[in-house]
This record gives sequence, structure tokens and C-alpha cells, in this order.
Amino acid sequence: MEFWKDPITTMFDSLLASFTSGGMSESLATVLIWLIGILAFVSFAMILDIFLVWVERKVVARFQDRLGPNRVGPFGIFQPFADIVKLLIKEDITPIGADVVLFNLAPIFSLMSVLLLWAILPFAPKMVGVDLNVAMLYLVAAGSIGTLSVIMAGWSSNNKYALMGAFRTVAQMVSYEIPMVAALLIVTVLAGTMGAVGIVDAQEAVPFIFLSPLAFLIFLISAIAELGRSPFDLNEAESEIVAGFHTEYTGMKFGLFYAGELLHSFTFGGFIALLFFGGHRFFGLENLGPIVGAIIFMFKALFFYWVIMWVKYTVPRIRIDHMLAFNWKFLTPLAFILLMVTALIGRLLLGSSWLAPVLFLSNILIAWLTIEYLKSHAQKERAQEEASTQSVAPVTQH
Amino acid sequence: MTTMQVLFLIFAAIILGSAYKVVTTKKMIHAAFWLIATLFGVAALYAMLSAGFMAMVQIVVYVGAIAILFIFAVMLTRKDLRDSATPLNDGRFLAAVLSLLTFGGFFLLLKNWTGFTQLPSAEVPADMVGKLGTALISPSAYILPFEVASVLLLAALIGAVYVAVGATKNK
Amino acid sequence: MIPISWYLILAAALFSIGLFGVLARKNAVAILLGIELMLNAVNINLVTFWRYLEPAKVTGQVFAIIVFAVAAAEVSVGLALIISIYRRRDTVVANDIDLLKW
Repeated sequence: MEFWKDPITTMFDSLLASFTSGGMSESLATVLIWLIGILAFVSFAMILDIFLVWVERKVVARFQDRLGPNRVGPFGIFQPFADIVKLLIKEDITPIGADVVLFNLAPIFSLMSVLLLWAILPFAPKMVGVDLNVAMLYLVAAGSIGTLSVIMAGWSSNNKYALMGAFRTVAQMVSYEIPMVAALLIVTVLAGTMGAVGIVDAQEAVPFIFLSPLAFLIFLISAIAELGRSPFDLNEAESEIVAGFHTEYTGMKFGLFYAGELLHSFTFGGFIALLFFGGHRFFGLENLGPIVGAIIFMFKALFFYWVIMWVKYTVPRIRIDHMLAFNWKFLTPLAFILLMVTALIGRLLLGSSWLAPVLFLSNILIAWLTIEYLKSHAQKERAQEEASTQSVAPVTQH
Repeated sequence: MTTMQVLFLIFAAIILGSAYKVVTTKKMIHAAFWLIATLFGVAALYAMLSAGFMAMVQIVVYVGAIAILFIFAVMLTRKDLRDSATPLNDGRFLAAVLSLLTFGGFFLLLKNWTGFTQLPSAEVPADMVGKLGTALISPSAYILPFEVASVLLLAALIGAVYVAVGATKNK
Repeated sequence: MIPISWYLILAAALFSIGLFGVLARKNAVAILLGIELMLNAVNINLVTFWRYLEPAKVTGQVFAIIVFAVAAAEVSVGLALIISIYRRRDTVVANDIDLLKW
């Protein structure tokens, strides 16, 4: 029954015993087992990625009232394998004038920035790659590696559209990092720690979604923007700049970008589950064992992956000036106000049983005030617009 | 030689090699990317010094903001001496001698210091990030430098926007 | 364990390379890159001294954080100045930026 309670340590110990019995030194065996563990974990992520391709295609088909892939295997479940074969046998093109090293490095960095995040995802107690005490900063740092890969790809392709796509993406990712960091700080204030395991433990009584629903919304919006998915898919706006920063990529190099994007969405689904929905907890079901907890966590991550897809295939793309104005004039101030209010209430009602309801009510109040302010602001703007169009109307004669 | 020493030598080679490329590469954009390699190496050194927070901040601030800013600046100043024979100016030999002398001076100064080969004296306290956060906002410690730094950042923000945007409006 | 000398020599070498970049590069952006290398060398020293001499206190790390803030401010203003000059004079060569030279 040891395996059921703590699978990782049990596997590690048995492997270590079998390695050292052959006369290997213990430190070398430990390093080797770590490498095997990383390889297994990454392979698991990539196999999951293949499955995600199928999920994505099937779900988008249902949203658009189609059937989706249904030829290869039952429910088309082997379609991604056919896709991979197609990507592998395509010609691998490097455009003339491209910077070969950076051009080939960019897809690797793109996927790396996602796989790095998996190191800190706590699937269940004792099933976590590494329990960093600065996990939230690590999340942002891995995101900046993703930004780097985009600008690498855009610049090295020697293509106008790729460079434009890269510029747009970098502007978007750098801007939306700020409300995201503020939302992460709210979670940090509520949990009292930056470590992922500590944050999950702090949600034992109440998940943070009930303490700060607005922070959840801010995190969701900025996560979608970080991912570059619709309505924030200006980086690969097909109708404007071909395919953005990965215009010139073919075959498996494009496949790495695509796989990276899907896995990134899933990973952010996992982070939403861990930051706001209690990680592996589900009404006491997690007490059955870490493996059940990990499965619950995967299902939560898949659910929020589905939410991100739902937004993607429902909302149309927004214009670039709207995107920047939405961030700087709305999301960032809101996130910082919320952070200050949360910190103040958390300090004033430290340890009191009123903390949770007061925090929830303050969030509702802030949301209501924001909506009222937006309403009056929009009315004013509309009145101005009407006044200006009326004065212009006799001249243009439409 | 322990594992840590081998790791240190690898990271030191990455840092110094890419730093050398930063100052000698002809194409500016490559220099910026070599700088990123240096920054990653320095972040790894912080992690080896058990300053995990510093390593993360190094990547967030330097790679995520400063290096991206450099790449943007290089792209915006495209006419970047690509045709000229050397990226270095006429005083390069003097500069080389001067920097070698600086290194030699540092080395001699450090060599005569008694604690030159010492090992870490104590373990790092467990809650380093918490202590750092408390120190940065407690009035008896570092709140004044912290606030001054934030004012400096605000001034830099406003100044940068004014300098960069004001130039286009004056045209 | 690694003696403190390794880190200090590495930082000194990095500082010297940065100094060479500042003194010898034509391009003003490259000069700023050299300054970044020097600041990084200083930060390595600060964190090293914190780890080897006073790990119980936070002074070294606080100093390093202040250096981060200063570096960010310096780069943003410096690059804004360079871009502004490039727009007016169409050059980023430090020798050609001689408005104050007579």
C-alpha cells in the first residue's frame, strides 16, 4: 500500500536500490533517476499534447456545428497521429536570408517555456517536480522565455509579416504580464506564500475563487492574452499578417509552436485550478490517495482548458489599440486597486472569521463600481460621438 | 572536483564566452542575444549561490524586460554599421589594455585579501524571501532606498516616454 | 565547495569585458550592453558576499535588488535617448553624436 500513498518516493527508492545493487555510486544513481524521471514526465506531457490536438479539433468542430475529425479510428482519435506523420514528411524549409541558428532555436525555446512550467505544477501532495518557494515568479520567468522565443522567430524569419507579428505579440505579452503579476500577488497575499504547494494547502478551507473572484477573472483574461489565443490572437491574425511570427515555419518546427500553444493552454488551465480552485481537492475525494488527486487535478485543468477554448471560438479578435487600451486603462488599474484592497482587508481582519465574507463582498463591490463607471463613461463617449457625427453629416452625405 | 565545481566552470564558461561575444559581435542583434545567454548564466550562478529569488528576478527583469527592450532598440535603429569593417572604434587597443589592467588590478587586490579562499560561513536561513520582503518595507531597515528606487523607476518611465514620444511630435 | 575566489575572479573578468565593451564599441546601444555586463558583475559580487559572509542578513540581496531597479531605469532612459537621437541625426555611432562638442 506504500505505492498508493506516495508513488514518487516509492518508485525512487526501488529504482535507487536496484541501481546501487549493481555497484553504482549513490550520487550518480540519484542523478540518473532524476533524468529518467524528467524524461518520463516530459514524455507524459507530450503524449497528453497529442491528445489535446484531438480535443481541440473535436471541440472547435462542435462549437462551429461540424463533426470534426471522424475518419481515423473511433471518433477520429488517431487523427493527431496522422497529423504528426504529415508534419514529419513535409519539406523542412529555411528561408533565404534567415538567421539559421536563431530560426531553429525559436521553436525549441517556445516549447521549453511551457515544459519548464510543468516542473512546479503540484498534481497532488508529494507529486510535484520541485516545490520552489518562488513558484509564482518562476511562472512569470518562464513566460518571459516564451516572449523571447516569439521575438527570435519573428526576427530570424527575414519576413515582414513575421516581424510585425512578433512586435504585436511582444507588446501584448509584456503588457498583460502586469495584471497577471498583480493577480498572482493577490493569491500570494491570500496564501501568505509564493510556493505552489503552499498555495494549494492554503485553500484547504475555502478555495480562493470565493475570496477573490475578480482576481480569477483578471488572471483568466491575462492568461488568454499571454497565450495569444482569440480574442487576443493578433500575433497570428490570419486575415492581416498571414500567420504572424510562425509564417515561415514548416513541418515539425511549426508543429513545435502548435504543440507548445496547446500545452501552454492546458498548463494555464492547471494553474487556474491550482491558484483559485484548490488544486487536487474535490469534496474529500482526494483523500483516497495522491493518484486520485492527480486525476482530479488533470480533470480541473482540462475543464479550464475547455473554458479557454470556449472563449477562443466565441469571441472575435479585437483591434490592437483596443487591446492595449483595455490592458493599460482598465485591467491594470483594476488589478492594482484589487490588490491594495485585498492587502488592506487581509491585514485588518487577520485571523478573523469575517475575512472570507468581507473579501468576497469587497470584490463584488469593486466589480459593481467598475461596471457603473464603465457604463457612465461609455454613455459620455457615445454622446460625444453622436454630437460629432451630426455636425459632420451634412458634408459627407451618405 | 565536485559536481558543483564542474557546474560552476560550465556556467562561468557560458558567461564569459557570451560576454566576449556581446562586446565583439558585428551584428547588434546577435550581441543582444548573446547578452541573453550571459544573463541566463548569471541567473544560474545565483541559483548556485542559493539565492533562488534573485535568479528568478534576474530572468524576469533582465531577460523579460531589459533584453527585450534592447532587441526593440536594435530593430528601431536598423542602420547599424553592418557595412563597416569593425564594430570597434579607434581606441580599441587602449581600451583592451585598460580593461586588462583593471582585471589585473582587481586580481592583485583580491589576492592580498585574507579571506580570498574562504568557504561559506553559515547556512542560508529557510525563509529568505520572507525576510527580504520584511526588510524592504520595515522602517528600521530599507524602506527609504526601496521608495527612492520606486521614485527613480517612475521618473525613468515618464522620462523615457517623454524623450521617445516627444521627438516624434516635434517633427 | 567552491571557494569565494572563483566567484570574485569571474565577476572581475565579466566587469573587465563590460568595460572593454563600453570603451571600444562604436554603437551607442552596444555601449549600453557593456554597462549591463558591468552591472551584472557587480550583482554577482553582491550576492556572493551575501552568501559567503553574512547569509543571515539580507543586505547583499537588497543591494542587488536596488541595482536591478537602477539598471532597468538606466536602460529605459538610455535607449529612449538613443532612439530619439537616431530619429533626429540618423546615427547611433557614439563618435558622431557631437552636438555639445564645440
